[in-house]
Amino acid sequence: MDAIVEVFPVLVKGVEITIKVLLASIVLGYLMAFIAGFCRLSNNIILRKITGFYVEVFRGTSLIVQLFWLYYALPILFGIEIGSDFWAGVLAISLNYGAYMSEIVRSSILSVAKGQTEAATALNMSRFQRMRLVIFPQAVRMMLPEFGNYLILMLKSTSLVSLIGMTDILYYGDILRSSDLSQAPTVYLLVLVFYFIIALPLIWLTKKMESASKKGVASQ
Amino acid sequence: MTEPIVMYKDVHKSFGDVSVLRGIDLDIKPGEKVAVIGPSGSGKTTIIRMLMTLEQPTSGSIIVDGKNLWQMEKGGQLVPANEKHLREVRGDIGMVFQHFNLFPHMTILENCMTAPVQVKKEDKATAKKHSIEMLEKVGLGDKLDNYPSQLSGGQKQRVAMARALVMRPKIMLFDEVTSALDPELVGEVLEVIRDIAKEGEMAMVLVTHEMDFALDVADRVLFLDNGVIAEQGPPSQVLEHSENERLQSFLHRFRK
Repeated sequence: MDAIVEVFPVLVKGVEITIKVLLASIVLGYLMAFIAGFCRLSNNIILRKITGFYVEVFRGTSLIVQLFWLYYALPILFGIEIGSDFWAGVLAISLNYGAYMSEIVRSSILSVAKGQTEAATALNMSRFQRMRLVIFPQAVRMMLPEFGNYLILMLKSTSLVSLIGMTDILYYGDILRSSDLSQAPTVYLLVLVFYFIIALPLIWLTKKMESASKKGVASQ
Repeated sequence: MTEPIVMYKDVHKSFGDVSVLRGIDLDIKPGEKVAVIGPSGSGKTTIIRMLMTLEQPTSGSIIVDGKNLWQMEKGGQLVPANEKHLREVRGDIGMVFQHFNLFPHMTILENCMTAPVQVKKEDKATAKKHSIEMLEKVGLGDKLDNYPSQLSGGQKQRVAMARALVMRPKIMLFDEVTSALDPELVGEVLEVIRDIAKEGEMAMVLVTHEMDFALDVADRVLFLDNGVIAEQGPPSQVLEHSENERLQSFLHRFRK
């Protein structure tokens, strides 16, 4: 019990960084997902190819290596400074998850029934109106459950930023462990509990998204 | 002699190697009701889908109200139409589909009033008033706030008609609108089409398998066979007194 009282306040110091990285990654990650998802559906073949390359590279390599590239390798190779460990971490997570989620965006849009586009055309809607009023609102409903799952995955991935020296929950856990190995079980148990507690609202949100997505989707 | 509102001139259509239409010439007068019959795979649906710009002809031209639908002039030359040109020309055409294609995320009222507001830029109040009137006309005035999933097939198809009608098209296309319905729901849909037809101003092209209905509503029946118009004329003549053997055997299968 004493150990918990000792460990708890130290870990709390990391919560702020974890949540900041998470929130920034969620916003940028979804943004990336929509941009890349739409680019892959574009009529412009160059745009499609470039985005396709981005998606495959970021899906096909490991997130932690991408993080090290952004943080350590890019500045040395090209003199590109991301500016801070915070932005390196956020960029790595959001580019990686953006690549995965862009596939959800793309496939959801493609899976809206063709008859919907045809009906919208018959009402003389423009390409943009068809997407905005008819296709996209239906596609978003299909994206929601998957998007929710990725929220939770993103939270768990934020723990990687401790490896570039960011002071998140896991970072403080590692420090405690390295100063007293016998505390390791208590420390890592509490670390798990912290992540789980942060995940709870995300899990709740995912369930909300799932039930929202069941309403008003094409069934023909 | 009124100018035709729609003219097909030697229109061909192939899907890959399969030639579906092999030279369609067809004039439709304003207000005329044309029924298109024929065996499945004969290209009936393709004819109206090309007019709705859902399918591009392989060759030939379609003229709508004096304007070339699939080609436009650019620097003195005819080039394939772009989206803007298509939108200008197809504004007077409406279509009802076999599988209704209602927008599932919108209420019945929203299904009807979205296009007038967004496409024709009518103000919301006016569009709403017209949409409600039209939905009442098709007998669904009490379902305004329901979603399509809460309606029967016949009701869905009537909403689809109201949705097309509030755009006030000069030409309405009906693509086998009763084929996906349970038999007991066919009547209510045909009844609405009959009412619309009686008002007279709109040209209508009906791709249908309902021969008695075609006989009743149409001014002219086309029999499509093997990608060409094999026979056409007033319904009584085509459906009852034709000597075309293929047509007779086709009709025979329906009359059993």
